Amino acid sequence: MKRSLRRCCSTLAVVAAMTLPAAAATQLTGAGSSFDYPFFSKAFYVYNQKNPDVTVNYQSIGSGGGIQQFTARNVDFGATDVPMNADELSRTHAAVLQIPVTLGGAAIAYNLPDVTATIRLTRQVIADIYLGKILKWNDPQIARLNHGVKLPDMPIVVVHRSDGSGTSYIFTDFLSHVSSAWKSKVGTGKSVVWPAPSAIGAKGNEGVAGQVRSTPGAIGYVELAYVIENHMPAALIQNKEGRWVACTTETVAAAAATKPDVSATSFSIVDTAGVNSYPISGYSWIVVYRDNSDRGRAKLLYNVLSWLAGPQGQDNAKSVDYVPLPRNVQSAAEATLRQMQR
Amino acid sequence: MSPADRGFAAVVYLGSSLFAILIIGLFVELVLGSWPSIVKFGPAFIFSSSWDPINSKFGALPMIYGTVVTSLIAIILASFIGIMAAVFLSDFAPRWLGQPLSFLIELLAAVPSVVYGLWGLFVLSPFVRTAVGPALQKVFGWTPLFSGPIYGVGLLTAGIILALMIVPTVTAISRDVIAAIPRDLREASMALGTTKWETAIRVVLPAARIGIFGACILALGRALGETIAVTMVIGNRPEISASLFAPSYTLASVIANEFTEATTNIYISALIELGLILFFVSMIVNGLARVMIWSVRGSERT
Repeated sequence: MKRSLRRCCSTLAVVAAMTLPAAAATQLTGAGSSFDYPFFSKAFYVYNQKNPDVTVNYQSIGSGGGIQQFTARNVDFGATDVPMNADELSRTHAAVLQIPVTLGGAAIAYNLPDVTATIRLTRQVIADIYLGKILKWNDPQIARLNHGVKLPDMPIVVVHRSDGSGTSYIFTDFLSHVSSAWKSKVGTGKSVVWPAPSAIGAKGNEGVAGQVRSTPGAIGYVELAYVIENHMPAALIQNKEGRWVACTTETVAAAAATKPDVSATSFSIVDTAGVNSYPISGYSWIVVYRDNSDRGRAKLLYNVLSWLAGPQGQDNAKSVDYVPLPRNVQSAAEATLRQMQR
Repeated sequence: MSPADRGFAAVVYLGSSLFAILIIGLFVELVLGSWPSIVKFGPAFIFSSSWDPINSKFGALPMIYGTVVTSLIAIILASFIGIMAAVFLSDFAPRWLGQPLSFLIELLAAVPSVVYGLWGLFVLSPFVRTAVGPALQKVFGWTPLFSGPIYGVGLLTAGIILALMIVPTVTAISRDVIAAIPRDLREASMALGTTKWETAIRVVLPAARIGIFGACILALGRALGETIAVTMVIGNRPEISASLFAPSYTLASVIANEFTEATTNIYISALIELGLILFFVSMIVNGLARVMIWSVRGSERT
């Protein structure tokens, strides 16, 4: 008995010795957007390699859950695809700082079995397809944009995200900007009523992509990084300046660069001017409290987040096919962060 | 009672009252969470068909419809296949075949539902769109049940996926129930000159029907609450249409889809009320099944 007790104690001591250095490191916690997760896990890993005294534990539970956890002060920061609105802010009873942290874009993927050329679509045509006004691929309005392409006499199956998502928000924001009919009938949101008679909801980017791939005649919007990594064909879209642009990290960054004064109250960057701007783009956000009782912790949090929003942190975006913030937006984000008491 | 008996009784009571507490606690929590929505929409919530988070208009009818219809398709398919398989395994299959087959069927129950969902999305739904659907439409296209465009995803595909998921439950329990039917009964039947299959259909199955019924109810419960696999193949459209090819929505799917990104209080509350309705739907279905079992037992006594 005694011997086993002693062995037990010595085992404990060894375990304690092994875990102690890690326990000394401060663990910061965040929760929210699942869109941010691939970028965050890469960036926070890199940060921890450079600063072993700080680890960041990020839970991708969705923006809504992130805001709730943040409001309840269960986490140090929240991440959300749409900035917190006035109503949500009032529930925190505190000053909240919202900073842009990464960019996303929605590519228009499609499945036309015998068409090899890349399809061209105008903003209005996309809106009419999603409104259910254009129902067939050989509709003159689509044919007019795609000379020399033999479009099939096939019904268009409209695919959308069924789970509430930031990508849906950006896409419906875009539709509301380019179509007054969409704005009045449907509106902008993470979950909306899809008016097209053939609308099918699929869960997640992989769900929409899978549905489009397995349904001839389908069209759907898919997050940029997902399209790049899976080499999906995506439509060229005519932007506000009349140029045909593909959804790439460059064109999304170009759209963001046209609005350096982005803020939590004026955050929309869909359908912006600029020759290279991709019209279906948007930011994702981090929320933190300005005033914190634990100054030491706040200082560490400030260090992590200003690194993340700065050039070094943003460098990690490219390796996971995310779009780094434009330089001017990086400085704006850092300026906002400096208001943190620390 | 001896002290040991008393102790044992206490443990047993504690165990069963834990279930009661859990269910009551769950119910109370659901009612509290959905209270704002109950107050705002009243009974109209159950009969309304609009689900519009932007304008805070919520109604559960399409989801109740989708939940009940997919589960019905599932239980019809699964009970037929499952009971046939159970009869085969217990009375017909040679030992060398029966045992590995039973093992494989039970293995089906251990496959995670997301795997069923992915398989449904990439294999089953194209198959329904190109083969099953057109064939059904050719024969039964004149009924509203099989009319309209076939997308591959929809009520029928969701029902088939659910059926596959609950077949192991039906088969495994039914097989055990059938195996427990006394040999004398089978031998007596055979002695009267019936064939093997006549014995199975006319003697063994009727004797085992209450147990088999219980198996189906257990399976139905799983079908009603199944979430991820259904979400991936049902098309997620809050609409009621007669066609089984049409996309639909289930109570559990809406919650899984929208809960994480729901921000306003009334929106969250409406989603929780969907959970409360699912709770009631399961209760009603279980209650109906109980009544059916009682009536079967009652007719046996007289």
